[in-house]
Amino acid sequence: MVAKFDLNDDSVVVIIGTGAGGGVLANELAQKGVKVVALEAGGRYLPEDYINDEWESFGQLAWLDARTTSGDWRVAKDFSGLPAWIVKAVGGTTTHWAGASIRFQDHEWKALSTYGEVEGANLLDWPIDGAEMAPWYEKAEEKLGVTRTGNRPGLPGNNNYLVFEKGAKSLGYKEVHTGRMAIQSSDETGNRISCQQTGFCFQGCKWGAKWSAAYTDIPEGEATGNLEVRDRSHVAKILHDETGKVTAVEYFDKDGNKHTQKARIVCVAGNTIESPRLLLNSASEMFPNGLANSSDQVGRNYMRHVTGSVYAIFDKPVRMWRGTTMAGIVQDEARHDPSRGFVGGYELETLSLGLPFMAAFLNPGGWGRGFTTALDHYENMAGMWIVGEDIPQADNRVTLHPEQKDQWGLPIPNVHYSDHPNDIAMRDHAYKQGMAMYEAVGATRAFPTPPYPSTHNLGTNRMSEDPTKGVCNKWGQTHDIANLFISDGSQFTTGAAENPTLTIVALAIRQADHIAREMSAGNI
Amino acid sequence: MTKHDLRGLTRRQLLTRSLSAGALAVVGTGFIAAPDAAWAVEVTAITPEQMATLLQMARDIYPHDQVADKFYAVAVKGYDAEDRKEFVAAGIAELDAAAKAQGHAAYASIGWEEDRVKVLQAIETGTFFQTVRSGLVTGLYNQKEIWPIFGYQGESFSQGGYIERGFNDIDWL
Repeated sequence: MVAKFDLNDDSVVVIIGTGAGGGVLANELAQKGVKVVALEAGGRYLPEDYINDEWESFGQLAWLDARTTSGDWRVAKDFSGLPAWIVKAVGGTTTHWAGASIRFQDHEWKALSTYGEVEGANLLDWPIDGAEMAPWYEKAEEKLGVTRTGNRPGLPGNNNYLVFEKGAKSLGYKEVHTGRMAIQSSDETGNRISCQQTGFCFQGCKWGAKWSAAYTDIPEGEATGNLEVRDRSHVAKILHDETGKVTAVEYFDKDGNKHTQKARIVCVAGNTIESPRLLLNSASEMFPNGLANSSDQVGRNYMRHVTGSVYAIFDKPVRMWRGTTMAGIVQDEARHDPSRGFVGGYELETLSLGLPFMAAFLNPGGWGRGFTTALDHYENMAGMWIVGEDIPQADNRVTLHPEQKDQWGLPIPNVHYSDHPNDIAMRDHAYKQGMAMYEAVGATRAFPTPPYPSTHNLGTNRMSEDPTKGVCNKWGQTHDIANLFISDGSQFTTGAAENPTLTIVALAIRQADHIAREMSAGNI
Repeated sequence: MTKHDLRGLTRRQLLTRSLSAGALAVVGTGFIAAPDAAWAVEVTAITPEQMATLLQMARDIYPHDQVADKFYAVAVKGYDAEDRKEFVAAGIAELDAAAKAQGHAAYASIGWEEDRVKVLQAIETGTFFQTVRSGLVTGLYNQKEIWPIFGYQGESFSQGGYIERGFNDIDWL
């Protein structure tokens, strides 16, 4: 039975956003008997609704509210109004994600200690470490059904992987496999249907083989009778009382009507762009710089991973679009080895785009025969994606636009990002290695493709031991306001080299445990 | 002039009415058409000559020799609208001015693609070029009918994915 809570019920936990952070937190709290109202800006779409057509699906799922960009990153030039490729729907970007689920390496929790001071960087150690997180990672891997963990076999390699694997092994790479994926690989080891190698992982899995909160955690939470999800509900502001505790949130429903939902606790999980935007838009007389912002770190240290792609053309067909989009990884370069000319490391992962997106992303702005002869050989193309640790910088930040407003009359976010020299050195190294992999298999032409709009958005409400250096503590609880939590990727202190979803989920499971315990103890 | 009327026109009649838009398209009153009359685009707001220039421009921006003119025509058809005609007229004037500056009579009269590309390069940072180019990214490549020309198969869910249809059938590695 799906719960329905009163707007004046001040005993509920209000969670803003239902993706990897908020969606999991909502279910985990509901399972523990905590009453939850989850407010989701997007609509509700299930596998039968997903569209296996790139542009049509983009129109259905992508977060397309107005945003602006600045800084020297290539995305600001190529996609000035679209800094991020993330989803506005129940389940958030877990609808779109490819499923890559890998743990941080131990040293990545301690970036400042490991890398030392880097000029221009705002590096910090996380207030938690690999030992602390290990049991939570295990729970997250069980929840997501991650391949190559527990008793779950790896996925079979598709054509794109087989080219990638041969190239990687030719270069002497050792850690090469079809990835740790939150995609069902066997009918015996989970309750989802196993992968049918259909492609279109980015458009929502029509088989439900990939884990998404939309059709797992959300309905499981609702089944407890403790969770109410209100979709098409855009939160405008978090309210507080004279003691500085948060008390309610104001939101607009699908018809534009404004409501105020009271709350005992508020958890912000609107993604790394919307979460700081909401805290900044919630400024008040008591908190003139925005909520939980005594450190002035809200919105700062925006990270989006060092990314890029390498595509290559061969003299024979590859047909990379067939099968799982990202089931393939080389991890040898993920280590920290400054002899390569940069700190931190990167992963190489298989990736394919359909012809329509390839035309848009292969070389944005490119035209003429240099561009079109690449597409002419689309069928003979293989592709990979670079995911590396980028350097947190104080001025890479989400701010409120001074003039422009969204459809609710709220200031829109501007996303400012400039590459750090370390980011550029890492990307160049990855391009070189990726192109060498394909050349080793006989590629006739290779393309170092620039970054797409960000899918990994991190760091704008970061965790810190020291309240002057970050927004929240090791539980995601804000330093300034005890009953206000950060529950998404914005709490990341540093980005590590790994795709972030597994870590966001592990932190959400851990945070649910903490919140339930603190509520029972009467501390919040 | 309607599309059907084309069938009554001979190739010779069409050519007589055409401007020198190469072998690309034939311009008639209120339409442009393939030289063999296999397809035609009617225009109502902009002139047939302007549509022929847009079509040539589309081919020069994203040249795929195996993709027929009709797909490019579909991709630029949207410019034939009352609220776009001033934009088109000003843009083509800019384009032709650039062509004249390089010693040509007009952009569409230039015989070699390389020479037309040089003219396009002269205006490529401008709004007209960028609008046409970015519109083509979806207008051309999102036509499902052209996907098979590139070997792209589109959705596979309706056929049960590729698990039994060649997801790992590469045989040359």
